Amino acid sequence: MSKYSVAVNGKWCKSCGICVAYCPKKIFALTAKKKMIVEQEENCIGCKMCENRCPDLALTITKKEDKTNG
Amino acid sequence: MSIRDYVKEDVFPLFTCPGCTHGTVINTFLRAADELKLDRDKTVIVCAIGCAGRTPTYLDFNVLRVTHGRALAFATGVKLARPDVKVIVFMGDGDALAIGGNHFIHAARRNIGITAVVLRNEIYGMTGGQYAPTTPVGAKATTAPYGMIEPSFDTCKLAASAGATYVARGDIFNLNNLYNVMKSALQHKGFALVEALTSCPIQFGRRNKVSDPAKMVQRIKNMVVTKAVAEKLSTEEQAEKFIIGEFVNTREIELTERYAKLLDINKKENEVVITMS
Repeated sequence: MSKYSVAVNGKWCKSCGICVAYCPKKIFALTAKKKMIVEQEENCIGCKMCENRCPDLALTITKKEDKTNG
Repeated sequence: MSIRDYVKEDVFPLFTCPGCTHGTVINTFLRAADELKLDRDKTVIVCAIGCAGRTPTYLDFNVLRVTHGRALAFATGVKLARPDVKVIVFMGDGDALAIGGNHFIHAARRNIGITAVVLRNEIYGMTGGQYAPTTPVGAKATTAPYGMIEPSFDTCKLAASAGATYVARGDIFNLNNLYNVMKSALQHKGFALVEALTSCPIQFGRRNKVSDPAKMVQRIKNMVVTKAVAEKLSTEEQAEKFIIGEFVNTREIELTERYAKLLDINKKENEVVITMS
């Protein structure tokens, strides 16, 4: 299970593909119709490369709260 | 606070084209503003016309939007009237260097406490892709269909020689450097210039066969070298690259400080009360 959740603001995202190219774990992908989707959220390492690079402020990476320790 | 508190969320999405990295500079600026805890009521953002001029109107500060090229002139007025507020100016390359070129060098000469951010996207984006004074030699534009033949401006050298006390360059690939120089520029007392190299995939990229936004970012990455690497390069190799980092960081007496002193002297000599609100 990933420790991070990736939130995409669909209304703000323009599917430019910068996050797709610069994510070190390649968790984003473009569909055949050039729409950006989050494919493998579980691989996110929380480097915030996408959040800082996003020109439309559409991405937010948040750390999930650890539920195993109560 | 998070960076979302500094934007007008109801007017989003940004008007910029897909992949326009002006938003990345805004993103970095907001992170720096958040880190420094800028007071929104004590900050004035002045911007003019063009892609770079329009972007800050999406920010939840006191924003003043003025005529083309005159952002620094209006900012000078704001700063002299209210020396207690922080004045930040966002300009495009055509705005700062072509239309407002004179305002730019004189703001630097006066050393007035303004933080100027020049977004260098190497083209006039909003007006239809005409060449700017920063378009690289050989690049195509609507008014240069066979390639640009004029050499371009070095903004940082221009500002430094005009007398700016903080001069730095960042780019949208090396975001840590951009973040650091933006933060230092916001803290600087005196005229601070940050040149941010950005990419325009629509007007510049499409005409120069790099329309993919990610490839445009890669192009910026290949264009820049850090100061440490640049020292090892020969002069010819250096001329082809943009050196990023801090160039000038000195502390000199600022214009509003000089003005306050002048008012103090006049007050003592003439016993006339001059109030500054």
